[in-house]
Amino acid sequence: MSTSKITIFRARRILTMNPARPEATHVAVREGRILGVGSLEELKGWGAHDLDDSFADKVLMPGFVEGHSHAAEGTFWRYTYLGRFDRMDPGGKVWPGATSIDEVVARLQEEERKLASADEPLSGWGLDPIYYGDRRVVRADFDRISTKRPIGVMHASGHIFNVNSRALELAGLLRPGVNHPGVTLGDDGLPTGELKGPEAMTLVGKHIGFDREALANDEPGLRRFARLCVRQGVTTATDLANLLPDDAVSMMQRVTGEAQFPVRIVSFRRFQALPPEQAVEIALGLKKQATDRLRLGAIKLFVDGSIQGFSARLRWPGYYNGAPNGLWYTPPETIAQLYRLALQKDVLVHSHTNGDQATEMALDCLDGALRDQPAPDHRFTLQHCQLADAAQFRRMSRLGMCANLFPNHHFYWGDQHYETTVGPERATRMNACATALASGVPLAIHSDAPVTPLGPLFTAWCAVNRLTASGRVLGTSERISVADALHTITLGAAWTLKLDGELGSIEVGKRADFAVLEDDPLEIAPEKLKDVRIWGTVQAGRLFPAAGA
Amino acid sequence: MKGNVLPVTVVGGYLGTGKTTLVNNLLRAAAGRRIAVLVNDFGTTPIDRDLIVATDGGTLEISGGCVCCSYGSDLMERLMTLPAQRPDVERVVLEASGVALPGMVANAVTLLEPYRIDAVVVMADAETVQAQADNAYLGDTILRQLTAADLIVLNRCDLVDDAARERTIAWLAQQAPDARVLPTTYASVAPELLIGLRDGLTPRHHTTLQAPGAPDAASLYDALELDMSPDIDLQQLGRLLAAPSTGVLRAKGMTRNAGRGIAALHVVGRRFSIDPAPPGTAPTKLVVIGLRGRLDRNAISDALQKTSSKQETPC
Repeated sequence: MSTSKITIFRARRILTMNPARPEATHVAVREGRILGVGSLEELKGWGAHDLDDSFADKVLMPGFVEGHSHAAEGTFWRYTYLGRFDRMDPGGKVWPGATSIDEVVARLQEEERKLASADEPLSGWGLDPIYYGDRRVVRADFDRISTKRPIGVMHASGHIFNVNSRALELAGLLRPGVNHPGVTLGDDGLPTGELKGPEAMTLVGKHIGFDREALANDEPGLRRFARLCVRQGVTTATDLANLLPDDAVSMMQRVTGEAQFPVRIVSFRRFQALPPEQAVEIALGLKKQATDRLRLGAIKLFVDGSIQGFSARLRWPGYYNGAPNGLWYTPPETIAQLYRLALQKDVLVHSHTNGDQATEMALDCLDGALRDQPAPDHRFTLQHCQLADAAQFRRMSRLGMCANLFPNHHFYWGDQHYETTVGPERATRMNACATALASGVPLAIHSDAPVTPLGPLFTAWCAVNRLTASGRVLGTSERISVADALHTITLGAAWTLKLDGELGSIEVGKRADFAVLEDDPLEIAPEKLKDVRIWGTVQAGRLFPAAGA
Repeated sequence: MKGNVLPVTVVGGYLGTGKTTLVNNLLRAAAGRRIAVLVNDFGTTPIDRDLIVATDGGTLEISGGCVCCSYGSDLMERLMTLPAQRPDVERVVLEASGVALPGMVANAVTLLEPYRIDAVVVMADAETVQAQADNAYLGDTILRQLTAADLIVLNRCDLVDDAARERTIAWLAQQAPDARVLPTTYASVAPELLIGLRDGLTPRHHTTLQAPGAPDAASLYDALELDMSPDIDLQQLGRLLAAPSTGVLRAKGMTRNAGRGIAALHVVGRRFSIDPAPPGTAPTKLVVIGLRGRLDRNAISDALQKTSSKQETPC
C-alpha cells in the first residue's frame, strides 16, 4: 500500500464527463492522479486521507484542454492591447475594448510616456479597424504619438501591421514608387502605413519590436501563457505550430519542469521547408524529449491560408466578393507522402485547412495514404476545417479523422463572412459542429489564441449560440448543446491529441486536472455560458487559484 | 545603394519540372560570377554534390565563389541579411517552392531596395503541363505561375513528339501571351539568358550561348550587337524591345543617360529595367539575344532609330 498522502476534495458538484458516473461530490487524489470519484463513503475505503473543503461551494470539471492555441498569446501581452473587445491579461486585468481610433491613439500615448529612451519602439496588438467604419488607420494617426520612435501595431487577424512614418523610414519604405499589393499607398504616392501579408510585415517587424527570433523562444511569454491558462481553467494547452529549435525545446523543458508550472504544453513541430522523411525523423526525435508537462512528437501541417485573408482554398463557386482563390501552402504530393510516412511511424499529424477545397485535398491525400499504409486509430485531425460540408464530415468519419473547429470565428468575423468572404449560405454552415457530431467525427473546438482570446468556455459559448459581434445568429441548426460543447473542450480535445486515456474526464487513474468553477455551466443559461466565473485550476493535484496567477 | 543593385532571377514552376536541374546548370556556367542561390530547403539535395565545396548549416559553399542558402519560412529575412553577409555576391537566383506564385515572390523582392527583378523564369514539363493545368486542385496555381513568367522554360521536350510540342507551345502562347517560351531538354538553357550577359563580353552564339546537353543548341539562338547613340531614350527603347513581336529574349546595353552618368538597360522577355551602372563603367553596344529565326532584326533597328531620333540637340 502506498504511503503517499491522499487528499479528498469535496465539491458542490463534480461533472466528470464519464457517462458511467457523470456526477459526484468528492474526488480523491494521490500522486497527482485521480484515485477515485464518488461519495465520501466510497472514497474512504482508500485509507487515511485529508479532507479538503476548499472547493465545497465550487463546481469541478475535468481541466480544459485547448486543442489549438499558440504560446505566442503570452508573448503578445508584452505589447499594448488595442482590440475592440475587452480582454483579460495574464495578470487578470481586463483591458477594455477601444471604441475608436482616437481611443487607440490615446492608449498608445499613455504607454509612450512610460518609455525611457527616445528611440525605443512602441508596439501594440489586437487592432481591428473594421469596427471603426470605413476610415483606415494611417501613419498620421500614429505620428501624433511620435515621429521619432518607430510605432507599430498588429491587427487582430495577425496579418496586418499599421505603423507610423518613422517605422516606414527605418524599413526603407517611406519612398515613392513602392508597388506591392501588401503596401497601401496614399494620394501622395507614399505608403499609408498599412502593411499586409508576411513580406511587407517582415520588413518593419524588427523595427517595431516584433522580432521573429525573440518571439520564437520567449521564456517570459511562456510563463504569461501559463497564467492565462490558469485563469481560463485550462490544464493542457497546445502550442500548435512551433519550429522547435533545440534552444526552444530546452527552454520549454526547463520552464514547464518547474515545480509551480501549472499547465501541460503540447507543442507540435511545424512542417515547413522540409522533406517529409526529415520531418518525421525530427518528430520521432522530439518524441523522445517529451516530459509529462511538455508533450512533443506531433506535426502541424499547413494546407492553405485564411478565409478573411482570402488565402484559403475554396471549392466552386469561390469567394462571395469574387476574390481569386487562395494559396496552397504545401503541394499535394508532399502532403500525401508526409501522411504515409507519419502513419507508418505512428506520428500524429494535424493539418490546417480553412477552405473546403483544402479540406477536400487533405481528405484525398489521407484516403490514398491509408490505402498504402492502413493505420487504425491514427487520429489525424483537420484544424479549423471551417467550411467543410456534410459530405466532407461523413468522409472524415469514414477515414477516422477528427475535426477541431473554430466557432470563435462566428463571433469575431462572422458578419464579414456573411457579407463578404463566403456569403450567407456558407457563413451559416461554417464550423458545422452539429453536423460533425451527427456524422460521428470526434470533435474539438478552439480559440487559435492569440488570434482570438484563449478561453474554452467562451469557445463553447460560441458553439452553443453561434452569435456574431453584431448579434446575428449564424446557423441555428449547427448549434450544439451545452453538454456536447463541454465534452469538446475536455475529452473531445484530449482525443485529438491521443491523450484521452490520461486526461479529459474525472475518473480513476487519470491525471488530477480540474477546472474549478464558481458557477455551474449546466445550470447557468446557455447564453451566459461565457460568463461562468473561474476560480482557477488543479493540475496534477496542485492548486492554482487564478487570483494568485 | 546606387550602382549596387543585385539582380534577382526568380525560378518558379511546379514540383518535378526541373527547377533544381536548371539551377545546377546555371551554377556550372557561372564562370566566375558570384551567384547566391536561395532555395526553400536543403532536404532533397538542391545542389549537385560535386559542386559543393563546404557546408555550414544553412549555407552551401559552391565551387567558383557561389553560395546556396535555404530560406525556409522566411525569404524576406534571408534577403535582408544577404548583402551584409555576402558583399561579394553579384546576382541572386531564387528558387521558389512548387506551389509558390513566382509573380508574388518577385513582387515581394521589389520591396527591398538593394534588389531588382531581372527575370521571372517558370519551368514547365512539356509532357504534363497541360494535364496539370486541368487538375482541380492545382490548375489555377499552375496557370498563375505561367502567366507571371517572362520566360517559360518548356522542359522535357524529348519526351513528346514534335506535333505535341508545338501544340503545347501554342497552348502556352494562349495561356501566357506575354511570356517567351524556350523549348528545351534537361533544363538546359543558355545561361546568359537567365543570369545575364557579362559586361564587355560579346556573346558568340556558337560558344557562350551553348546550352549543354542539347546537341543542336548552337543553332538555337541568334545574337546581335548594335550601336546605341549617346543619350538614347532608354525607357522608350526598353518598352519597344520588350514587345513580343521583336522576339527578344534578353538584351543589355549601357549608355550615358541624359547627363546622369552611365545607365544600363536590361530586357528579359517582356520585362525591362534601367539601372545606374557601377562607377567606372564605359558605354557598351546593345547586345540582343533571341531564338534563331524569331529575332526580328528590322524591328530592333527601328526601335534604336526611333529612340535616337528623339534627341533634338546633338552634343
